[in-house]
Amino acid sequence: MSTDRFAPGVRVRTRTTDPAGHTRLPRYARGAVGVLVEQAGRHPLADDRARGVPADPQPVWHVRFAAADLFGAGDHTVTVELWQEYLTPIEEAP
Amino acid sequence: MSDDHGSSVISAQVRHVESLLESRGLLDAGEIDTRIDEFLAGGSPANGARIVARAWVDPGFAERLLADANSAIREVGLSMAGGLQEQRLKVVANTEGEHNVVVCTLCSCYPIALLGPSPSWYKSEAYRSRVVRDPRGVLAEFGLELPAGTSIAVWDASAESRYMVLPRRPDGTEGLAEDELAARVTRKGLIGTAAV
Repeated sequence: MSTDRFAPGVRVRTRTTDPAGHTRLPRYARGAVGVLVEQAGRHPLADDRARGVPADPQPVWHVRFAAADLFGAGDHTVTVELWQEYLTPIEEAP
Repeated sequence: MSDDHGSSVISAQVRHVESLLESRGLLDAGEIDTRIDEFLAGGSPANGARIVARAWVDPGFAERLLADANSAIREVGLSMAGGLQEQRLKVVANTEGEHNVVVCTLCSCYPIALLGPSPSWYKSEAYRSRVVRDPRGVLAEFGLELPAGTSIAVWDASAESRYMVLPRRPDGTEGLAEDELAARVTRKGLIGTAAV
């Protein structure tokens, strides 16, 4: 079950925390809801690599956001590439 | 966001580390510049243009390119494996209904092997911060006025993939050969800040 939580089409919310060090979750995409488009390989978390901390590869996803959800305006989409650790699937109501 | 690094503290630190490595015999003088030159030597927007022209004349190639760009570009003798490790390439196709544009909001990630060194505006704070919020306005400033019915997809190269736009084939080019088509493709077309 847990492995299927991340799959194309699944809605996810991004992390809200503002880490002290390097991160690849852009500020404009924090705490936002988007949709997984496709997996973009597996890589060690850049945040850990920047601190010299060992990190196992984890899935990285193209996540598509509606501009209005990020900026409160705009009719375009923004697709950001995010490590799975930044994402929490949103449980859909049954 | 970072600005110009020319006189920054970090560039002074990098120069200091470089000179230490040289003084200890771990690095030959100028070796880093040589390696950078070697890395850049093969990179040119002519490579991206060749890929686009092939996709325009060969629908099967276009399909393979959009599904798995790293494998497909080997068919035209190109590769994303010129650096320390092969980088994933994602090619996104413009259609009548959707236009794609690429940015790296966090720094300046860019497919150098296929597009050459990036233009200075691509690295500018203005482009990086504005194109995600108002792509239609930014593209208009580049001279690309998209119809109101055309949706825009912005791709932020925030992780390990690199992106290239597959522009739409211009009207009236049915009689052109593949190399003539490639000559029509511009760097801005491959980034998505212009049509071809």
